[in-house]
Amino acid sequence: MSKNAILTGLVIFILAVLLPFWVNLGGTAAAPKPEISARAKAAGRCILDKYDMRADHMQLLGKWRNSVVRHSNRLYKTADGKVFTMSLSTGKNSCLGCHEGKEKFCDKCHNYANVAPYCWECHTTPKEINQ
Amino acid sequence: MKKSRRNFLKAAGVTALSIGAAPAIKAVSAAESHTAPHAVEMKRKDALKAKRWGMVIDARKLNDEIADKVVKACRYAHNIPDFHHEPDKKKYPDLKPVKFNQEIKWIWEEEFEHAFPDKETDFLAEKFRGLSFLVTCNHCKHPPCVQACPTQATFKRPDGIVMMDYHRCIGCRFCMAACPFGSRSFNFRDPRPFIEKFNPDYPTRTRGVVEKCDFCAERLAKGELPACVEASEGVITVGDLENPDSEIRKLIDSNFTIKRKQELGTDPSVYYIM
Repeated sequence: MSKNAILTGLVIFILAVLLPFWVNLGGTAAAPKPEISARAKAAGRCILDKYDMRADHMQLLGKWRNSVVRHSNRLYKTADGKVFTMSLSTGKNSCLGCHEGKEKFCDKCHNYANVAPYCWECHTTPKEINQ
Repeated sequence: MKKSRRNFLKAAGVTALSIGAAPAIKAVSAAESHTAPHAVEMKRKDALKAKRWGMVIDARKLNDEIADKVVKACRYAHNIPDFHHEPDKKKYPDLKPVKFNQEIKWIWEEEFEHAFPDKETDFLAEKFRGLSFLVTCNHCKHPPCVQACPTQATFKRPDGIVMMDYHRCIGCRFCMAACPFGSRSFNFRDPRPFIEKFNPDYPTRTRGVVEKCDFCAERLAKGELPACVEASEGVITVGDLENPDSEIRKLIDSNFTIKRKQELGTDPSVYYIM
């Protein structure tokens, strides 16, 4: 009878469909926490609120890039009056000036989320370059 | 109230008006909230400004030693690779061998007959033979590279500087074909292993983008003169071509100057005092 064949097929099908769940069972890594440097902690608030930064930092960086390259602006004054240098890695007032060490900050989430932004193919990190 | 057609129409009119007014009132109040403090992007107060940036190179004072210093200063300021530099084998173990005919040039030394092919004669003054002229991007008034760029990665700023946005460059090299001065170089390979000493204040480039002199836009924005000017011991002067009182206009007024390949009509902003 074909009953057995159908049942076997069904079981194999269900196992295969649920394979991603079996594979990840118990093995999921917790989301990493980026290390906030002492300087960043002391500053308290970044350019935007924490959650806005987390969600929108790429749009902000894109806006900064156009503003710097195309309109030769260099400073960014936030709504609450703080002034930042619109730069990823140059100077104390830039992103990496505060968030020292990209491997402790940027890379932690980027690696976890499996995104590979190509910022660092050109931009250098102050620590890395003169090793 | 007496029921009449007149009263009914009045009430209906007022109702319709109030419904229609609500979105308008909302829009107005939203516009008001925009005047609350919001982020602004701005220039530094000490930034150097000009209507049209230009450069004067005094060939009378130029010698090989100064030319060398200028090229080296630019090389460091912009992390320009030197393919004669021996790369660190530990850091970059799998490097392909170098082709020494590759080079990346922002400002470089050129012989007179190559810099000014139309002005070379059989009996050119002896002092110009073999003299290293400094040549660079001319930041033309009518830049052909900008017209050629399909992605607007190369553009002309309102102050006359012809700039590159490396983020947008797709490496098509149309601009290199368009530039009559050979001022543009292509990164055929990752430049990082060939950078002797990194300047942390400027990024490197990546493989597959074109690069060229940017008139030290990053230094002008901080109120500093271009790196070549600082290293040149007075040979190179920059300033505002549109301002009759500027130092470079005075130099151009009081000396005989030439420009490279003027007949092409790109109108370079780099002048040479002979």
